[in-house]
Amino acid sequence: MTLKVRTVQDFISNGESPEILFWVGCASSFDQRAQKITRAIAKILNSCNVSFAVLGTEEVCNGDPAKRAGNEFLFQMQALMNIQTLNGYGITKIVTGCPHCFNTLKNEYPQLGGTYQVIHHSMLLQQLINEGKLTIQGGKFLGKKIVFHDPCYLGRGNDVYEAPRDVIKKLDAELFEAKRHKANALCCGAGGAQIFKESEPGNKEINVDRTEEILESKPDYIAVGCPFCNTMLSDGVKTLNKEDSVKVLDIAELIEKANDL
Amino acid sequence: MIQAIIFTVILAAGIYFFARNVGRIRRNILLGKPLDRNDQPAKRWKTMLRVAFGQSKMTVRPIPAFFHFIIYAGFLIINIEILEIMIDGVAGTHRVFSFLGPLYDFLIAGFEVLALLTIVACVVFLARRNILKLKRFWSREMTSWPRSDANIILFTEIVLMTMFLTMNASDQLLQLRGVEHYKVAGAFPISSMYAPLLDGMSTDGLMGLERFCWWGHIIGIIAFLNYLPYSKHFHIIMAFPNTYYSNLKPKGEFTNLESVTQEVKLMLDPSLTPPPPSDTPMRFGAKDVQDLTWKQLMDSYTCTECGRCTSVCPANITGKLLSPRKIMMDTRDRLAEVGSNIDKNGTFKDDGKTLLNDYIKPEELWACTTCNACTEACPVNIDPLSIIIDMRRYLVMEQSEAPAEWNGMFSKIENNQAPWQFSPADRFNWKNEE
Repeated sequence: MTLKVRTVQDFISNGESPEILFWVGCASSFDQRAQKITRAIAKILNSCNVSFAVLGTEEVCNGDPAKRAGNEFLFQMQALMNIQTLNGYGITKIVTGCPHCFNTLKNEYPQLGGTYQVIHHSMLLQQLINEGKLTIQGGKFLGKKIVFHDPCYLGRGNDVYEAPRDVIKKLDAELFEAKRHKANALCCGAGGAQIFKESEPGNKEINVDRTEEILESKPDYIAVGCPFCNTMLSDGVKTLNKEDSVKVLDIAELIEKANDL
Repeated sequence: MIQAIIFTVILAAGIYFFARNVGRIRRNILLGKPLDRNDQPAKRWKTMLRVAFGQSKMTVRPIPAFFHFIIYAGFLIINIEILEIMIDGVAGTHRVFSFLGPLYDFLIAGFEVLALLTIVACVVFLARRNILKLKRFWSREMTSWPRSDANIILFTEIVLMTMFLTMNASDQLLQLRGVEHYKVAGAFPISSMYAPLLDGMSTDGLMGLERFCWWGHIIGIIAFLNYLPYSKHFHIIMAFPNTYYSNLKPKGEFTNLESVTQEVKLMLDPSLTPPPPSDTPMRFGAKDVQDLTWKQLMDSYTCTECGRCTSVCPANITGKLLSPRKIMMDTRDRLAEVGSNIDKNGTFKDDGKTLLNDYIKPEELWACTTCNACTEACPVNIDPLSIIIDMRRYLVMEQSEAPAEWNGMFSKIENNQAPWQFSPADRFNWKNEE
């Protein structure tokens, strides 16, 4: 089944312009698991009649992994290419499905000439709920325990702690906190380009340590807001052989499930 | 009279040496690269008041926060007493502020209570370090000097407070005996409890003890002041400017390298005219302390090695070599080394050493997840992460020494616009599959 998703080009050839650009990101475009999150976000936006567009094949890596790894050259090459595309289309509002894209576009593009109003999808979902455009049907998650894992670049990086929690609270579930949460949350281990290499010698993998901590509260679902956290914690759950008792889902997927989208 | 002269000389020498050392530290900090942190003064004052003066970030761990606050309050408030001691010392008076009457009694009583609480807090801290052996005080970089430094500080504070209380104990007995010069002033809720133990002493003996403690207390304080620039305890001063100059931007935002922007723009558009070459050789990222900004260097002098950063670092928790505290300690040690090199030679003479490799190993730098747990945890807003990134930049852009897998990731971004091996044409396929 093909989703109804239009590119900015589609809008322009119809003489229209989108309200907001959905910046998908590499993981969410190519990774099979993360593609499901991307589709969930698109379905939710469609169900709320949000006029959104994607760049499609015109989008290129925002440069975050290069910048965190220390390759400022490559980062700026990517950034300048994207800024050229975005400015060329006159984009002003962007929603991202990934906290890394969110942080880079929001904070690191302005100095290179790309200034946009950038939000993470948890913030858009919160807005849609507050504006009454998105209603979440209860029932599906009645009595289920959900723990939210804060992505570093959403939480500490940009002080967004409440938006994802506000969204989860709309499900008829119980929201639990991991021992270390919000500003004290433990990283999943993927950031800083770590996901692109083996970790340095140590005595444990970070994602396993974090997953163990989250599992202490015996949740039915681990809610995430980042495709990389999703990978790391899913791997952690697999390593600890808990795949049968706990699912790792993005907040968009929780809504998708609740509303049967 | 002789006492007043000796005192004045000691005080002047103490202040002179302290000022000289602070001047050297200031010079060392200014070896760093320029950075504008003078914007938004109102917000900066607020941050300083909240974080340094109000100790807002200490409260995350309530037990040390409580005892630390006692010592901090003791330090701030007992300074009023030190002012009196200094005036008495220079002018040859005794308890010169006693004209304040009941207010004076209240102040002295308050100092005594704080002195006792400070002793208790120092004992608790010594126990946490040496008996309970809390993990963060015993990790790899906490070698013998950093551990001794902490113990010297706590022990000295106990000695100073004990002398202060004993001085008051003998003073009040001399007051009761109506000895000339010891006018009746002050209230002594703590020292009065053990003053009776000293009552068997002769008046001369008591006067000797009172003088011994008075001198010991104030010389101890002057010596302690001069110990600060060599010690992690320097944070009691640096916490204030360091929080004033905090990074006020979102923690997720990394600095933009403008030197790189120039080159990248030229690459994308060869028709642009290149800027005139600058006189100073350009280096991307940081190899040594001179490549860091003055704020990063100030951070290193502010660090009191509490290890909160390291105790929340995901890499360190899972046994990797990286420790944000070590990054700060290494930066300070190297900077102090560069500073003494300059003191000796007039200007910096290449000593064949650098912060990278001789102090910090690439393996430490690669392990960072850039999660900002360290910067969040630091009670005085130190930023080890920015140093890690600047050193990665040097390794990657100047030395091409990135881990092989990262080089692979870089070339994939360059070639197919994603950090994995996928065709750019497939980027929009997510809408099809179900």
